[in-house]
Amino acid sequence: MKEHVLTAIRLTIALMVLLCVVYPAVVWGIGQVAFRDKANGSLIVRNGKVIGSSLIGQSFVSERFFHSRPSAAGSDGYDAAASSGSNLGPTSQKLHDRIAQSVAGYKERRPAGGIPADAVTTSGSGLDPHISPSNALAQAARVARANGMRAEEVQQMINSHTEGRFLGVFGEPRVNVLELNLALAGRAPAAP
Amino acid sequence: MTLLAILKIVGFFLLILAVTKPLGLYMRRVFSGEKTFFDPIARPLERLIYRIGGVDQRKEHDWKQYTIAMLVFNVIGLLLLYAIQRLQHLLPLNPDKMGAVAPDLSWNTAVSFVANTNWQAYAGEATMSHFTQMVGLTFQNFVSAATGIALAIALIRGIARVSGKTIGNFWVDLVRSTLWILLPIAMISAIALMSQGVVQNFRPTVEATTIEGATQKIAQGPVASQEAIKELGTNGGGFFNANSAHPYENPTPFTNLLEMFLILAIGAGLCYTLGSMVGKTRHGWAVFAAMSLLFLAGAFIASGAEQAGNPIHHRLGVAASDGNMEGKEVRFGIGDSSLFAVVTTAASCGAVNSMHDSFTPIGGSVTLLNIMLGEVIFGGVGAGMYGMILFIILAVFIAGLMVGRTPEYLGKKIEAHDVKLAMLAVLILCFCILMGSAAAAISTAGTAALNNAGPHGLSEMTYAFTSATGNNGSAFAGLSANTRFYNIGLGLAMFFGRFLMIIPLMAIAGSLVTKKKAIEGAGTFPVDGPLFTVLLVGVILIVGALTYFPVLSLGPYVEHFLMHAGKLF
Repeated sequence: MKEHVLTAIRLTIALMVLLCVVYPAVVWGIGQVAFRDKANGSLIVRNGKVIGSSLIGQSFVSERFFHSRPSAAGSDGYDAAASSGSNLGPTSQKLHDRIAQSVAGYKERRPAGGIPADAVTTSGSGLDPHISPSNALAQAARVARANGMRAEEVQQMINSHTEGRFLGVFGEPRVNVLELNLALAGRAPAAP
Repeated sequence: MTLLAILKIVGFFLLILAVTKPLGLYMRRVFSGEKTFFDPIARPLERLIYRIGGVDQRKEHDWKQYTIAMLVFNVIGLLLLYAIQRLQHLLPLNPDKMGAVAPDLSWNTAVSFVANTNWQAYAGEATMSHFTQMVGLTFQNFVSAATGIALAIALIRGIARVSGKTIGNFWVDLVRSTLWILLPIAMISAIALMSQGVVQNFRPTVEATTIEGATQKIAQGPVASQEAIKELGTNGGGFFNANSAHPYENPTPFTNLLEMFLILAIGAGLCYTLGSMVGKTRHGWAVFAAMSLLFLAGAFIASGAEQAGNPIHHRLGVAASDGNMEGKEVRFGIGDSSLFAVVTTAASCGAVNSMHDSFTPIGGSVTLLNIMLGEVIFGGVGAGMYGMILFIILAVFIAGLMVGRTPEYLGKKIEAHDVKLAMLAVLILCFCILMGSAAAAISTAGTAALNNAGPHGLSEMTYAFTSATGNNGSAFAGLSANTRFYNIGLGLAMFFGRFLMIIPLMAIAGSLVTKKKAIEGAGTFPVDGPLFTVLLVGVILIVGALTYFPVLSLGPYVEHFLMHAGKLF
């Protein structure tokens, strides 16, 4: 017994150095050399200031921009220091009311099959950086109007910002909201 | 079901099928002390670690010494992890100035990670310092997984050896699991994850100013190194509260596929290891087939239910063709979220890429049932295999009763003593799950923590005790589990579910190893064909159904019908 205790303590120390110091440090080192930007959070910097991360969703309210999904992270949504889903179940009155409210406040033209589900549901993390292409296309008319652009021009931007499935099978087509909005904000002013 | 949804499930399954033999064979070589290609790197490290630990690698343990060594190692790990959390405000690598973790939460978390459960009653980014994550939690992610593999291998030795006494050396199995299997695969995977955007840094929370002028705080940390072993070791404890739904833990469909693969790879490989070590690879494949049947059935049912979605929301005007997207990420959609949920509950992983609490009743019931069946559908690393061997013993016992012969398993007579021990291990799990859920359901401390009312509330409480006992760690996460009642109660369930099950199991190993091997005759029940596979699946389903059908009826099944009737709570 005493022998077991001594062995356990000594092995714990030896393995801890290997698994908790050497291993993460090596991964960190490789990350800082080979994937510096990604290992540090895929942050987007404009004029020396961090404006967000291309992997982390943000909320947008301006008519000029595409809007992200509703979010349950933090009290106001998209709090990337408090990731969370709503965890409301299928027969939840609260969830029903919340979706009903989002549906009532839905200003875009409704697609024939109904409102895109991702436009009125919260994601698992509350930080979903993406919306579905159908959600983006439904917002295209409003965004075009607010920016004084032609609808086709906006649709074109959505298409070029749509990422496909991995190997054609895994994942779903998606549009990164922050990147699309940055493209909108940074585009050359339209000719009068 | 769409063709694409079927392709996702089948494509993923083929990946697992492809890795089973090479990984299983490699593991056999590692634990039999045969030569492997990784020896030039691992062997010198191994020698150094034995010198520090004072381990004599030629000395073998009998089942009692093996179990005691395992328990001592885990109790010391438990105390250490408790201390790290309580003292984290005094320890380094705490850029966001996290305070000490509360005593009941520290106990819960310490048991949780030592028992390979990784139930999380806390939000990682708001509670744990980088030091606690990297040193405290990551350490247990490795060694709790290594412990599981070691125990499975010891049990397999008990089956394979004839008229023996010892079942291996715990320290050697622990170190070899770590150096030859877990560490190299985790290292490569961590790098692959970083290439996709999983973060690995030691920075404090970043403050961003959005283009609309709002402020966004973005938590950072050494995530990639922890993420890789979190999946590979079927631990499942997320760096962040949202776990693998968080884009910094699981940014792309590729990382999602990789994470699912890591979760099941070792569990699947151990089937081949079993067959190979007992000298009957067909037996290993028969066990693999039983696991695969249960896995595929769950995957198709869950995926179909989530795609069908929620009629209550469809009536509000939400597109029915989009399925149930509440709690799911757009990049994963219905298919990859449902598949991940089935993978993580089949294995006792508990990582989630979508919120199981928001699944449809049938989708959610699959995740719950997967855990209730004993985490034997590939299962936790090692734990899935030793849990499955319990069911194999019951299956051959029942087959023996049917034909009126003394049951044999691979030539070893299964006697009353062994069956009693196997039943004891199974009953401990049932007892913890049902008594724990019942205690929660009749106490105000239990029901006060609910996020959902009606049958879904019962599902939340049941899921908590099922997940804890089964050492899964996923949750119907609406439950506010960071209370004294749940921290202590679930802590006990995790502890009993892991260690009280292991003791009878090791006793079986000790009993089997001493037995002689009978020669197979015409009356021997074959354990390597489809008949055996079907019987094994049958035993698992019957034990599960008899035990849990009542509570499943009152929870998810009744909720399914109420949802279709439009009833809200």
